[in-house]
Amino acid sequence: MGKDDQILEELTSSDYKYGFETLIENDSAPKGLNEDIVRFISAKKNEPEWLLEWRLKAYRHWLTLEEPKWPNVKYPKIDFQDIIFYSAPKPNKELQSLDEVDPELLETFKKLGISLEEQKRLSGVAVDAVIDSVSVKTTFKETLGELGIIFCSLSEAVHEHPELIKKYLGSVVPMTDNYYAALNSAVFSDGSFCYIPKGSRCPMELSTYFRINASGTGQFERTLIVADEDAYVSYLEGCTAPQRDENQLHAAVVEIYAETNAEVKYSTVQNWYPGNKEGVGGIYNFVTKRGLCKGNNSKISWTQVETGSAITWKYPSCILKGDNSVGEFYSVAVTNNYQQADTGSKMIHLGKNTKSTIISKGISAGKSQNSYRGLVKVHKNATNARNFSQCDSLLMGNKCGAHTFPYIEINNSTAKVEHEATTSKIGEDQIFYCNQRGIDTENAIALIVNGFAKKVLNKLPMEFAVEAQKLLALTLEESVG
Amino acid sequence: MAKAENLMVEQLKNNFKAFEARLNGISKNQWHQMRKEAIDAFTSNGFPGVKDEEYRYTPIGKAIEKNFDLSMLGIETPETGTFVPVFSKEHAIHIFIRNGKIDHENLNDISEAGVEVCSLKDALVQYPKEIESHLGKYANVHKDSFAALNMAFSNDGVFIKIPRNTQLEKPLIVHYITEGKGEEKIFQTRNLIIAEEGSNAKIIESYTNSDNIRQFSNHVTEIVVKANANFNFYKLQNQGNQAYHIDSTYISQLRDSTLQSYVLTLEGKIIRNNLNIILDGENCEAHMFGLYVIHEDSHIDNHTSVDHKAPNCYSNEVYKGILDNNSKGVFNGKVFVRQDAQKTNAYQSNKNILLTDTATINTKPQLEIWADDVSCSHGCTTGQLDEEQLFYLRSRGIGKSSARAMLLHAFVNDVLDKIEIDFLHDYFNSEMYNRLDWES
Repeated sequence: MGKDDQILEELTSSDYKYGFETLIENDSAPKGLNEDIVRFISAKKNEPEWLLEWRLKAYRHWLTLEEPKWPNVKYPKIDFQDIIFYSAPKPNKELQSLDEVDPELLETFKKLGISLEEQKRLSGVAVDAVIDSVSVKTTFKETLGELGIIFCSLSEAVHEHPELIKKYLGSVVPMTDNYYAALNSAVFSDGSFCYIPKGSRCPMELSTYFRINASGTGQFERTLIVADEDAYVSYLEGCTAPQRDENQLHAAVVEIYAETNAEVKYSTVQNWYPGNKEGVGGIYNFVTKRGLCKGNNSKISWTQVETGSAITWKYPSCILKGDNSVGEFYSVAVTNNYQQADTGSKMIHLGKNTKSTIISKGISAGKSQNSYRGLVKVHKNATNARNFSQCDSLLMGNKCGAHTFPYIEINNSTAKVEHEATTSKIGEDQIFYCNQRGIDTENAIALIVNGFAKKVLNKLPMEFAVEAQKLLALTLEESVG
Repeated sequence: MAKAENLMVEQLKNNFKAFEARLNGISKNQWHQMRKEAIDAFTSNGFPGVKDEEYRYTPIGKAIEKNFDLSMLGIETPETGTFVPVFSKEHAIHIFIRNGKIDHENLNDISEAGVEVCSLKDALVQYPKEIESHLGKYANVHKDSFAALNMAFSNDGVFIKIPRNTQLEKPLIVHYITEGKGEEKIFQTRNLIIAEEGSNAKIIESYTNSDNIRQFSNHVTEIVVKANANFNFYKLQNQGNQAYHIDSTYISQLRDSTLQSYVLTLEGKIIRNNLNIILDGENCEAHMFGLYVIHEDSHIDNHTSVDHKAPNCYSNEVYKGILDNNSKGVFNGKVFVRQDAQKTNAYQSNKNILLTDTATINTKPQLEIWADDVSCSHGCTTGQLDEEQLFYLRSRGIGKSSARAMLLHAFVNDVLDKIEIDFLHDYFNSEMYNRLDWES
């Protein structure tokens, strides 16, 4: 790190509340990517032969692919040979209780405000905390175990439930899907696995709280959620990352598989380091998220609040294969300073009487660019498909941009598809109205923005909703002036 | 594959040389430079493939390569003069372009009406100033391959100038006629229309293919609407099921001008309309209406783009379509609002009805906004006739097909009613009814 960078870091470190770095001894792979690295990762995790083969196949396929150029974002070319593809906190033998967890890790959680004891005692949320790729501690596992619910790290699941992993891994997002999905399949470090057996209703909200640690490490998270027949689960994911000058790559994959009558609710708050005010640093967030409504009457619902990352490239999608299945997507994406976001949803209607809803709210401030990109596709056999999409954008300041690219492809005459979008700025009359009643402009904006995003925030689970509202106000601080 | 492509490039270059030689001296003017630039652009880019985002749903390049002998490019086909327009003579001023060539016979009567019309070829000599400042200035040969192909091989078209403060009473119809025998026809027509300050005119472009011949027509029109002018531009496309038609219109509007654009489509094998509007001065208004009522294997692709470059402008776009049988519709509407274009109002809507399961619609309304003090919206819907509304009408003793016709008529009516020329309104209305086999 050059002297300038150090000064810069000192200057800016106070801005980002969660900007600190835990010094945990790393167990990293050397920089770069080749077949040996893939083998290294696999060996490090004691993976069975078939998984290594799967990774290698993905890697070889990745080599044939080209980096996608179509998103409406600009960034310097990523040098994949300059990234460390694996780093794990030093394993401290098998952990039985919280006391055995590395105290430094616990400290990190405390700074983030989610100490495990607290979570365990108060909120009734089982937390699968991931620091730099390896699950450290899974709580409430036993409680869940009684219901037959499996909630553990993916690497654990590979050893304990190989038949499930074999069946479902890559079934929704095949390793050949796209450039970053292929990369993830080859080098994924760890992630969460969740399986809800037939007829179970998960009694608590499952949550992973992970953060990116260790400079220069890409995190390749992979989440797999399977809801068997008649099962229900609500899954939360949220994250923050330490401040750092170098751009970090994050290419995650989330797969959701819903069988007949199953329902999966997936909520996420993303608050990774967005870079400083000059647009230096920040996370590159290239994520593939997809759900498959395999069985009839199944339902998958995505809710996301995106406030972080320098560049976001993310399209949570639903494949509505089963008859009467339902897909939902609710999103608030906020960009400030030099952030760029290209996000939206895909709804692929294959089954009869399938329904989907897309509500997307984009807020751009500073010099940021915020794009909505979505696809609604109704196949020939998807009789009586119904879709409603709404994507609204709010502009703050005259240097930002808001863009919409909705694709609508209809091949069936019984489909009813509606799409509407608006773009505007916060009305001066609205701010004036608030001012007049003694609310200062900063608070008025927070109020108006929260109202603008209400439809989406309402869909978040309680504790997330509170956090998300604060986050919105925080992100937009000083953005109007 | 690569070899075949090289062959095609070679052939196009030879064609181009032969074509230039035939031009006999005209090739020495400034048009020549633009042609050369265009042929280079076309041979390096080729026809757009399906990987090209702009032509993703309309594989017209491939269809043309497959169905047409491109060595015909630049070769003129004789006209027969048999076509008689459906609109009666007294309603409008008529100009005929037969098989890509302007019919000089009736041009003299037109000047009485107060509008200056000549072939583009003659305009090079008669209106050098206008040609120099406008021809090829809006259609970018590097961005669009069809504009490049047109620039390289076009030889004729119509030049229209509506003089300052002229109020044209009758509409002016330009008939583009494909007629006569033969396997196939290829045209590259190019037009330039200038509406001077304070003028007011209605111009109709009507396309017919009277003998239903396989045709590849690549049509480029550049229009300048100057300050305070009011310009109405209609396109009527009814070209039979053998027409591969690319219709690119580039309109540049200067301050305080108003534009009404109408694109009315009834039939064609593949029709691609590129409507590009640049609002280059404050206080402009642009209204764009589109109506496509198509059946059988017709494929209609409407791409529109409105570029708000100046503040205080207004644009409104309404496109509606009814798709029957195996027909295919594509809509792509782009609205750009540049950073300086504050106080912009831009609206866009695309609504479609699919009558069969084999009809397809792909729509992509697109907003790209860089200014903050704007109010923009777009909406699109796709659906079918409402069963409840049908039931309501039928329960009151209205037959099934009449009820259907009434509802479809109601669906298109808000666009249909915007057509200010009565005979055109009636013509489209009756054709529409015939097309869909409705009892009226």
